[in-house]
Amino acid sequence: MDDPSRRAGVVLGPPGPEPAPRGRFAGFGGRFVPETLVAALDELEREFRAAWVDDAFRAELAGLLAGYAGRPTPLTECRRLSDRLGVRVLLKREDLTHTGSHKINNVLGQALLTRRMGKRRLIAETGAGQHGVATATAAALFGFECTVFMGAVDVERQALNVFRMRLLGARVVAVEGGSATLKDAINEAMRDWVATVTDTHYCIGSVVGPHPYPWMVRELQRVVGDEARGQCAALLGGDPDVVVACVGGGSNAIGTFSAFLETPTRLVGVEAAGLGLETGRHGASVARGVPGVLHGARSLYLQDEHGQIREAHSISAGLDYPGVGPEHAALAAAGRVEYVAATDEDALAGFRLLSATEGIVPALEAAHAIGWLAREAGGAVPAGATVLVTLSGRGDKDAAQVAERVGDGVAP
Amino acid sequence: MRLEAHLRARRAEGRRLLVPYVTGGLGAAWCDVVRAVADAGADAVEVGIPFSDPVMDGRTIQEASQRALELGATPLGIVDALARLDPGIPLVVMTYYNPVLRAGHVRFASRLAQAGVDGAIVPDLPLDELDGWADAADAAGLETVLLAAPTTPEDRLRAICERARGFVYGVALLGVTGERDRLAAEATEMGRRCKAVTDRPVLLGVGISTPAQAVEAAGAADGVIVGSALVRRLLDGGGPDDAASFVAELRDALDRA
Ligand SMILES: Cc1ncc(COP(=O)(O)O)c(C=O)c1O
Repeated sequence: MDDPSRRAGVVLGPPGPEPAPRGRFAGFGGRFVPETLVAALDELEREFRAAWVDDAFRAELAGLLAGYAGRPTPLTECRRLSDRLGVRVLLKREDLTHTGSHKINNVLGQALLTRRMGKRRLIAETGAGQHGVATATAAALFGFECTVFMGAVDVERQALNVFRMRLLGARVVAVEGGSATLKDAINEAMRDWVATVTDTHYCIGSVVGPHPYPWMVRELQRVVGDEARGQCAALLGGDPDVVVACVGGGSNAIGTFSAFLETPTRLVGVEAAGLGLETGRHGASVARGVPGVLHGARSLYLQDEHGQIREAHSISAGLDYPGVGPEHAALAAAGRVEYVAATDEDALAGFRLLSATEGIVPALEAAHAIGWLAREAGGAVPAGATVLVTLSGRGDKDAAQVAERVGDGVAP
Repeated sequence: MRLEAHLRARRAEGRRLLVPYVTGGLGAAWCDVVRAVADAGADAVEVGIPFSDPVMDGRTIQEASQRALELGATPLGIVDALARLDPGIPLVVMTYYNPVLRAGHVRFASRLAQAGVDGAIVPDLPLDELDGWADAADAAGLETVLLAAPTTPEDRLRAICERARGFVYGVALLGVTGERDRLAAEATEMGRRCKAVTDRPVLLGVGISTPAQAVEAAGAADGVIVGSALVRRLLDGGGPDDAASFVAELRDALDRA
């Protein structure tokens, strides 16, 4: 599966900065977990720190990213969409990876670590099913046992991915508790892990969770930004004016942004505004969250005045989460990244627009980034700007859901 | 130091310690349940403040928490009810960290102390993250119980036992709360390891479901915490009397052992 002819194209840039001691990003992050998990997190932190500067580990990961996942992914210039919007749109094509989203980048790294730690079982949470599919895929590739936890609501709306996971040999557990979406899937995965931690690795799918996950997953997703920045340099002779990515937990966004943090490029994270921020039915944790602790990390969460976590809402299962990774909370506080929000309707418009103008059907998550750009081109994004958008995944998984919602009225 | 002093004194009498867990806000009679289990032979009562996302809890306590929240339970509402309770033995609250953080460390600690609560257990706040809360709790005279787990390495176990107040909560299995058919192999080992490094009272909890299991676990430590087995009886429609008779059974078995 390692294809040396492609491996040269995969850019594993130098490791990025570690968080401050105890996994802190300017006060966010940390490790708020039951005592049972502390030893395993210590081990994971140690192993990742060692592996990430180990040439053999990096070469093996680069080989898998090239020969198995199909990296590097292209940078696509969108001519018709650019004409339509009056800004120059470049897409980083994570939809073209094996399994169809950026989630595979992180999973292959964690699978290698799992083997390195001598563990034989992977568990994962999944919202849209993309991370579950990626984890089930890696489990099949490495010969690991695999269980994926998925909210019962998401099992319903992402049926295609449920079938794919089962086909790949994973057990899919539908989680009925709470809001029966991504947050509850993470709860249930953590409960499983508390019982199985000695032989099981919890493969978290975003830059959330206790230290070292937010750091480790960001490092494993850096490849998106490192590649894109190199591709922009080749195409533009420099950096784009604006970089846009959707934010669920925030892994595709941070993976992209990390290459541009030290540049003057404007960075924009698009959260789910659901039915509208004013309705309270959304997933905009940066815009509307308050500091708190959930799933092992101090970050921004949607919650009531008593500290009970509120249900999020988004048309896209992958953004239907009432929190955000701690490094995003820190970047928001520092003002380095702007966090904006796109509604379900914006996302549907983006879904149809990109399909019709470029022949690319985006995942509903990524469609939030497209939809926001379509709304703001000529406004918050000045006419003529060059904009890099991370297309985090492909939309096959969403086709049935969108068809049900818009019927035959698909023309943009 | 009322909680620890009380447990030490009872231990010195040769008594096996028993701490039942009750979900606060679960039904209109939950305060009566706390009083009833106190009168039935508990040495302290642990009252759970329900949280929306209880990752250390299995189905029974998840369901109890959800039901209590649906009935309108709030952290400070439960604390206020505890203030009016005075069961005659120490009260310990168990809550996840987010409600504590939301209320504010100092405010929450002082409200608990004013309500006559003696200790607090925050299962998602391990030793390394303890500072902000523990400082506030210490200042308010509230004893923060710490958990030790089967996976805890030896040097860390010592540090946990050192920093714990009230008692050391030894997690009696690898897993979350919930009834089990048998006592886990980890239980007695956990008790033995804690007892080897600390003089503080050591209570084993998580999974302990029957009088026989309680006796077996208590033999390796100073006592037990029984949660899901009691809460399940409440979820099944049991009231203060049913709770009291189960706790009396546990008490009786421990006293005979
Ligand atoms: C295609 C796609 N994009 C984005 C996301 C959101 O995750 P993150 O914010 O970690 O990139 C998901 C999550 O399921 C996804 O499947």
